[in-house]
Amino acid sequence: MNRYTIAILVRNQFGVLNRITSMFRRRQFNISCLTVSETESAEYSRITVLFGGDEGNKNQLVNQLYKLPDVISIKEFDNENTVSSELLLIKVVNCAENREEIRAAADAFNARTVDYTKKSIVMQLTDSSRRIDDFINLMRDFNILEICRTGIVSLERGESTIRKITNL
Amino acid sequence: MLLCGADIIVRTLIEQGCDTIFGYPGGQVLDIYHSLHKYRDEIRHVLTADEQGAAHAADGYSRSSGRTGVVLATSGPGATNLVTGIATAYLDSIPMVAITGNVATSLIGTDSFQELDITGVTLPITKHNYFVGSIETLADTIREAFRLAKSGRPGPVLVDIPKDIQKQFTQYTPCAKVLPDETFAAKEVRITEAAECINQSQRPFIFFGGGLISSGAQTEMLELAERIDAALGCSFMGISAIPTAHPRFLGMQGMHGRYACSVAMNKADCVIALGTRFSDRATGGLDTFIPKAKIVHIDIEGAELSKTTRDTHALRGDIKKTLEALLPLITKAEHPDWMQQVADIRAEERTHRDTREGLTPLNIMEIVNRCREADMPVATDVGQHQMWSAQMLSFSCERTFISSGGLGAMGYGMGGAIGSTMATGKKTLLITGDGSFGMNLNELATVVTHQLPITVVLLNNRVLGMVRQLQDFFYDKTYSNTSLEDRRTDFVMLAKAFGADAERVCTVDSFEKALKKAIGSGKPYLIEVMVDKDEYVLPMIPGGKSVSEIITKVGD
Repeated sequence: MNRYTIAILVRNQFGVLNRITSMFRRRQFNISCLTVSETESAEYSRITVLFGGDEGNKNQLVNQLYKLPDVISIKEFDNENTVSSELLLIKVVNCAENREEIRAAADAFNARTVDYTKKSIVMQLTDSSRRIDDFINLMRDFNILEICRTGIVSLERGESTIRKITNL
Repeated sequence: MLLCGADIIVRTLIEQGCDTIFGYPGGQVLDIYHSLHKYRDEIRHVLTADEQGAAHAADGYSRSSGRTGVVLATSGPGATNLVTGIATAYLDSIPMVAITGNVATSLIGTDSFQELDITGVTLPITKHNYFVGSIETLADTIREAFRLAKSGRPGPVLVDIPKDIQKQFTQYTPCAKVLPDETFAAKEVRITEAAECINQSQRPFIFFGGGLISSGAQTEMLELAERIDAALGCSFMGISAIPTAHPRFLGMQGMHGRYACSVAMNKADCVIALGTRFSDRATGGLDTFIPKAKIVHIDIEGAELSKTTRDTHALRGDIKKTLEALLPLITKAEHPDWMQQVADIRAEERTHRDTREGLTPLNIMEIVNRCREADMPVATDVGQHQMWSAQMLSFSCERTFISSGGLGAMGYGMGGAIGSTMATGKKTLLITGDGSFGMNLNELATVVTHQLPITVVLLNNRVLGMVRQLQDFFYDKTYSNTSLEDRRTDFVMLAKAFGADAERVCTVDSFEKALKKAIGSGKPYLIEVMVDKDEYVLPMIPGGKSVSEIITKVGD
């Protein structure tokens, strides 16, 4: 099974996310991560999807998306020409015996402490999904209270944009 | 001019070429009905027995004429009753615009009386749908619905309009009829590659579906067939696209397809698939489906390419335009060996011919073929009678087979026949079974109201024959809930109670006589034909299996 990251430029309209996810559900696409945000234009929203499957699944997903009138264009990302990022907020128990180790790990990953109390530490990390996975795994030793991550967002390197992709 | 929303809806429908609308009134469409009365000289409203019948009628209107069918229903239960009809149109790619009323915008989201999220409900069964939240967008939304319904791969579009929007006023500026999006041929490089593949073929087979009819590419398809000396076959949805009697045509293939067609297609080395989506009913088991063939697949819908099959050449584009570009690249060829093989398969098929006397499926369908005029549309319901019709009826004009394919919706037929006769003005035949008829017999009221020239041929075998057949083959003849013998419905009296003429026939001669009389009468007429409950639809390729496992007679 491969993992694919694609971005979908959609009309910024009421219910559009429902149309997209409803299609994923009824055709049983295996979506592992989905982010939605506004874009440079108020007319469009951008949905980034990470999913698993083979080449055929990926082509079917893209073609089924193009059947939806709200979909303007789709961009498939490869690893080489893509910048991708994700944001993590993680809350761990703050106690004397772990404090130093947590700080060392946070320093190593460039995680920023955004909240600090006697009983808890909240850290923020913006990085690749892989590095975020690694950081979470490290924190598992220190009693994680809560995790929240945004899901991946991706842009192609260079001047090319999603809007130059036609749907033909 | 300043008009209320309801008037704008009706004026926009008229402006977009809608001459007939099927529907049923209710609380949240009262304003629209008021407008329909006002504009009754410009648009005909057909009141059906329920909204499902109206949706099927809009679909039948569209299938028989190629024009977009329009249906109107109130909120809540009116809207949910449309669902089967909309889904039928969606699965068979039939252009339709469904308009629903909804509660006033101030009440939306409060579970008010007959409020229903119909755009949510119909999300998976429409090409797109709209909730009109402002009167300013009303006319353009309806126009957009008409454009979408017919653009690319056709399909149903729903527009949900709250009651307060129907009452508000705004300026209405008439527009020209919107045109569907411009179609295009497949990419040149793909066409060149496909042409090479076709030119190398020694056993070419052209397999077409409903997309051939939508695209209107029959002439180009037949020219290709002549040039490459191909055999022809179709999916269920391709029936009536070309005359059944065409010498190259082997009929429908697939689960209940014709023996010659399924077997010949399986021997082909190149299958040129036009406007068909290779559904499971056509392919059976994918691993053993047309194993020797390279597949050249042309479809306007990219998502159908390589969806179920491994297309060697996937060409996204309008069939007509793509074939026009392809034909000059095709070299004239003759394949006498292949044609001899096909002829041999046909000869073998003839040995399967049912030679029994009496009211057998074949004899019934041959009488229908003799009695109906060549261009007379035939609507069907779903089940054994439908497959017998698909296998044995002879068609000579396109858009004369009106039947629910992809969804397989029992209860489709009567609405389909009403729509067909309303759109074409032609007499229409409805072939149905006692099971299916039980799901839509209320629409006899509509047929009688409008004195439509519909002849209902009701094949009564007192069982749900298709399901029973499966119980016979695969469930140890345990006929769980498929017997209708205890119903005791007297269909002749029933039809007469609705105000139609009717008779029951038990012999071949009396059926032929009755059918001639019924069609000649030009009036609603029901003929109940008594059929043995142990008649089968054959041949049959069991679900998921291959042509090698085709069953051609019972006891195999």
